[in-house]
Amino acid sequence: MRILVVEDDAQAARYLIEGLSQSGHVADHVGDGEQGIEAARDGLHDVLIIDRMLPGIDGLAVVETLRREGIATPVLILSALGDVDDKVDGLRAGGDDYLPKPYAFVELLARVESLARRKTPAETKTRLVVGPLEMDLLSRSVRRARREIVLQPREFGLLEYLMKNAGRVVTRTMLLEKLWDYHFDPQTNVIDVHISRLRAKIDKGFDEPLLHTVRGAGYMLRAPEPKM
Amino acid sequence: MALRLIKTSTFRLTALYMAAFALSVSLILLYIYVNTVVLFERQVEAGIDAEVASLVESYDQGGLAGLVETIRRRGDYSGDNFYLLTDFFGHRIVGNLNSLPVKALGKRGWLEFPYLVATANGFDRRQIRAFRTPLDRGFSLLVGRDVQTRRDFGYLIKRMQFSAIMLVIVFGLGGGLLMSRNFLKRINAISRTMRRTMAGDLSGRVPVGGSGGELDRLADDLNRMLARIERLMTGMKEISSNITHDLKTPLTRLRARVETALARGDSATYRRALKHTLEEADRILHIFDALLLIDRAQFGGLKDNVCDIDVGVLVDELRDLFAPLVEDAGGALNCRVERGLGLRANRQLLAQALTNLLDNALKYGVASSCPPVIEIAAHRHNDTVIISVADQGPGIAASQREHVLKRFVRLTPGRSKPGNGLGLSLVKAVAACHGGSLRLTDNNPGLRVELVLALNKIGR
Repeated sequence: MRILVVEDDAQAARYLIEGLSQSGHVADHVGDGEQGIEAARDGLHDVLIIDRMLPGIDGLAVVETLRREGIATPVLILSALGDVDDKVDGLRAGGDDYLPKPYAFVELLARVESLARRKTPAETKTRLVVGPLEMDLLSRSVRRARREIVLQPREFGLLEYLMKNAGRVVTRTMLLEKLWDYHFDPQTNVIDVHISRLRAKIDKGFDEPLLHTVRGAGYMLRAPEPKM
Repeated sequence: MALRLIKTSTFRLTALYMAAFALSVSLILLYIYVNTVVLFERQVEAGIDAEVASLVESYDQGGLAGLVETIRRRGDYSGDNFYLLTDFFGHRIVGNLNSLPVKALGKRGWLEFPYLVATANGFDRRQIRAFRTPLDRGFSLLVGRDVQTRRDFGYLIKRMQFSAIMLVIVFGLGGGLLMSRNFLKRINAISRTMRRTMAGDLSGRVPVGGSGGELDRLADDLNRMLARIERLMTGMKEISSNITHDLKTPLTRLRARVETALARGDSATYRRALKHTLEEADRILHIFDALLLIDRAQFGGLKDNVCDIDVGVLVDELRDLFAPLVEDAGGALNCRVERGLGLRANRQLLAQALTNLLDNALKYGVASSCPPVIEIAAHRHNDTVIISVADQGPGIAASQREHVLKRFVRLTPGRSKPGNGLGLSLVKAVAACHGGSLRLTDNNPGLRVELVLALNKIGR
């Protein structure tokens, strides 16, 4: 994946680019909003990471300009302003996601990868499949290896999001944002309990677990490795 | 001072008003003048014209003798009317004027001349307006009227006009200056207070007169603004000193741990120390965020992310979120919500506040050896919505309930349970910024925390 980082703080940019490269992505860096708009116009990037406070044109204005020009590349806004209200401003300006500084790199990576997936127009699918797990979005039913699994509405939403992001890390805050629209850190293990309930329903009684915990980051739903 | 007085808006207004007033007074006097003096003059001329015509007629009919007779008769009993018939040389033949005035020599038509009247103390000079017309054979007739009284009246009106304007100017300027001085005094008092405020003394207040006039209203508003600024500034100072204090403690701890690890110097220790450092850093960041949020809720109020909230829906969401956690602990999360209750609130802040309450109930509201029983309820009370979270734990003694709302106050001794002592402070700030309040009461047994917010009817 090719990612454009628009960030004026050189150290922060280096940290980002190093992390992204180590995760197997290609990262380009520009230091201000104007160059950011120039680079984004080429349409080479899958995701743009834009710092909110930039010299000259600020981050929100960059996003607004790009959206006005019809450039729909997913944008993650980074900001030292971590308030819920600031977040709403960022999303209103046309950002697709918003991450307050300081952030854990795994959180950023999970969000960037989730954003890149959104670009592919697969949203209209009515059936999701991850390995032996199947979800029918119309009849709202779930099966694993032909065995029907009964889920509560929230559990269904949780699994749907995990399946759409199959193979990628999904963090606790992403789940809380997606399913409850709560943009704050509740500082409890509420989400973990929901996950363990879901895990009990989809993985219990099967040899291969599908729902994995990624230490220090979040969760990942992954199809089992095909047996040789 | 005088220059400043003249520059005040009151003075300018007064001066302008006075000018307009003076203009209208002069116009009125002009109107009176035209309608009296000028009219009189015309009447006089018309009277003279008529008399001349009748005398000429009497000359034509009765000849010189008839005319002389008529003039003698008329001249005898008229005080204000003057007649004079002269011959070719200008000598008097008959009339109540002794001789032809110098001004009338060789003239015809309208003329005016002075005339002296003997009085007790000398002479009185009067003005006469007359018409002189020639008759045949060198005779000439002059008919006049005393117009002195009317002239005097005209002069009087002109003088009145002048003095009225002068009076208006004098009183106008004087009044304007006086009014401006009073006004300036008040304004000076206000600007003195403002300057003091700018210089950093926030305790100053603008004096209020008590008459309830517009200046008092302004002074009241200014005082309210000053009070708010003072409160905000006090808050800011409190914030910075709190943040300094509260972040220094964990940072010191962090530093000590890194220092010890560096002194020991094996890679396992480094690894452990780094892990701790990361955790501690996260904790500090969270404290920082919580403090900023509390302060913003407390002092900044709500920005624009206020929306209509259905309390029932919000409580359902929270029950969904927390029920598994409570059930896993073997307890129960009960909901008792009146339907159709609406609020206008910042959904994120409100949800975060209630999350804090539920989290507290789970952490601290559990009696030993009993599973947690938590109830989240919402009901209407008059014009308010009361959302409560109640547990059946040990509760909080009445004397401690005020205290526990303060920042960083934790009732559980030591660090037996995670937390930073900011949870209830945030809830309180959220309640306050929505114009509501927070109440801690007894649940018999346990603690009941009530969030009292203004009701907003849901449109149906």
